Amino acid sequence: MDTRTHDDTSDHAVVTRDTLTLRLTVNGKPRQYAIEPWVTLLDLLREHEHLTGTKKGCDHGQCGACTVLVDGKRINSCLALAICKDGAQVTTIEGLEAGDRLHPLQQAFMDHDALQCGYCTPGQICSAQGLINEGHARARDEVRESMSGNLCRCGCYTNITDAIMEVLEQEGAR
Amino acid sequence: MNPFSYARPTGITEAVREGATRHARFLAGGTNLVDLMKENVEQPERLIDINRLPLKKIEDLEGGGLRLGALATNSETAYDPRVARHYPLLSAAILSGASPQLRNAATNGGNLNQRTRCYYFYDRATACNKREPGSGCGALGGVNRIHAILGASDQCIATHPSDMCVALAALDAQVRITGPAGDRVIPLTDYHRLPDDKPWLDNRLRPGELVTAIDLPPEDFSEHYTYLKLRDRLSYAFALVSVAVALRLDGKRISEARIALGGVAHKPWRSPVAESGLAGEQVSREVFANAANALLDGAVGHGDNDFKIELARRAIIRALEQAANGTPQSLFDKRIS
Repeated sequence: MDTRTHDDTSDHAVVTRDTLTLRLTVNGKPRQYAIEPWVTLLDLLREHEHLTGTKKGCDHGQCGACTVLVDGKRINSCLALAICKDGAQVTTIEGLEAGDRLHPLQQAFMDHDALQCGYCTPGQICSAQGLINEGHARARDEVRESMSGNLCRCGCYTNITDAIMEVLEQEGAR
Repeated sequence: MNPFSYARPTGITEAVREGATRHARFLAGGTNLVDLMKENVEQPERLIDINRLPLKKIEDLEGGGLRLGALATNSETAYDPRVARHYPLLSAAILSGASPQLRNAATNGGNLNQRTRCYYFYDRATACNKREPGSGCGALGGVNRIHAILGASDQCIATHPSDMCVALAALDAQVRITGPAGDRVIPLTDYHRLPDDKPWLDNRLRPGELVTAIDLPPEDFSEHYTYLKLRDRLSYAFALVSVAVALRLDGKRISEARIALGGVAHKPWRSPVAESGLAGEQVSREVFANAANALLDGAVGHGDNDFKIELARRAIIRALEQAANGTPQSLFDKRIS
């Protein structure tokens, strides 16, 4: 396949079978890529950006391990074509901590033993941050329901909910 | 995934022109189409990314009612204060489906156009008349726990997986469409079709046509409604049976009843006979049981899904009681009251 890059992210239609130019802000840093249109956001993050915290669990939107924040909203990065997100702000698990200080959700997950194998944890934490951003879930059963898109095969749901409740309560007290 | 070319129009006219080309597909949230492309069930040669089209708004209609833009996400729609207040049945149905991540990406237009979750449709090693016309139906005589009990054909027993569309059917929503031959409006109840001898056609959209909006009529059923969804786990699963009910009551007398079923047919299922049979009646379990029998008239099981007929009958009665009592099914406490 021809791999010339068409630097065309203007408002005009991009019509090409070559690689396309994509601009994203990833964890606060402006980035530019030349990619094929079939590259998912998940594969872009892992293979192009080497941000391997975001996990490819099922690759079909059924497990939530690939959850990232796009413009502050949680989505399954495995079902998003990266090119569709041109211009967006993407936050992964690697982008949540501030300097050397863990994000409150990361700390709470450790404090509450909210993981065993840890494979689902980046998706759980990004999803929980999305839940907090949304502001709809407050009570424990609401948090459980709102985290149903993230599977944990170790079965740490009780502790995951404890961790999120603690951060929600801290946020509410602030 | 097969290679494809990509276009990102910003105008509707341009998008429709692009969409009419051979083997092109519109791409919105991608939560179903991208998945099907990974499975090679869908193999478009060209994707028309419509996410930049001006179809994201939720707007008040003159004379009442609400217009839901085709590109408003399921989350934006469910939590819109006007939807939550006047159409809580729709909010409840949307929030019963998928997960928050998926609802943040999935759009209203995409929800209408999502494809069946029949395992045989997804598995290219098996026969499926919907995926490959003329190849047969693996679900007939196969594993068919999730399949249709109403309106199926000897070609296809797939169901439409949407929760949102079940509520939209009960609310008499209208689907606004644009396309190469101009604009048209179809009632939601006529938008999806039964499989008959052409199961590859899920709906009445013609080549190149694009859903632009869904209109909700002004009628407000917020006092007496419920969305009761029964599934194999408490959350994040497709409906085995779901029931959307909207009632208007005059004391204990029913003046209007709307009932739509999900998980049981190739489209949201309504029965004019069942609904007119409720009008004018006093609220009672017996009257509700009669309505359930009318709705399930002609229901046929295919083996694994035989249980759905009795499950649906009981769910309809329970949902009518919930709606009549003004106690809609909770989205969080899943015990059925």
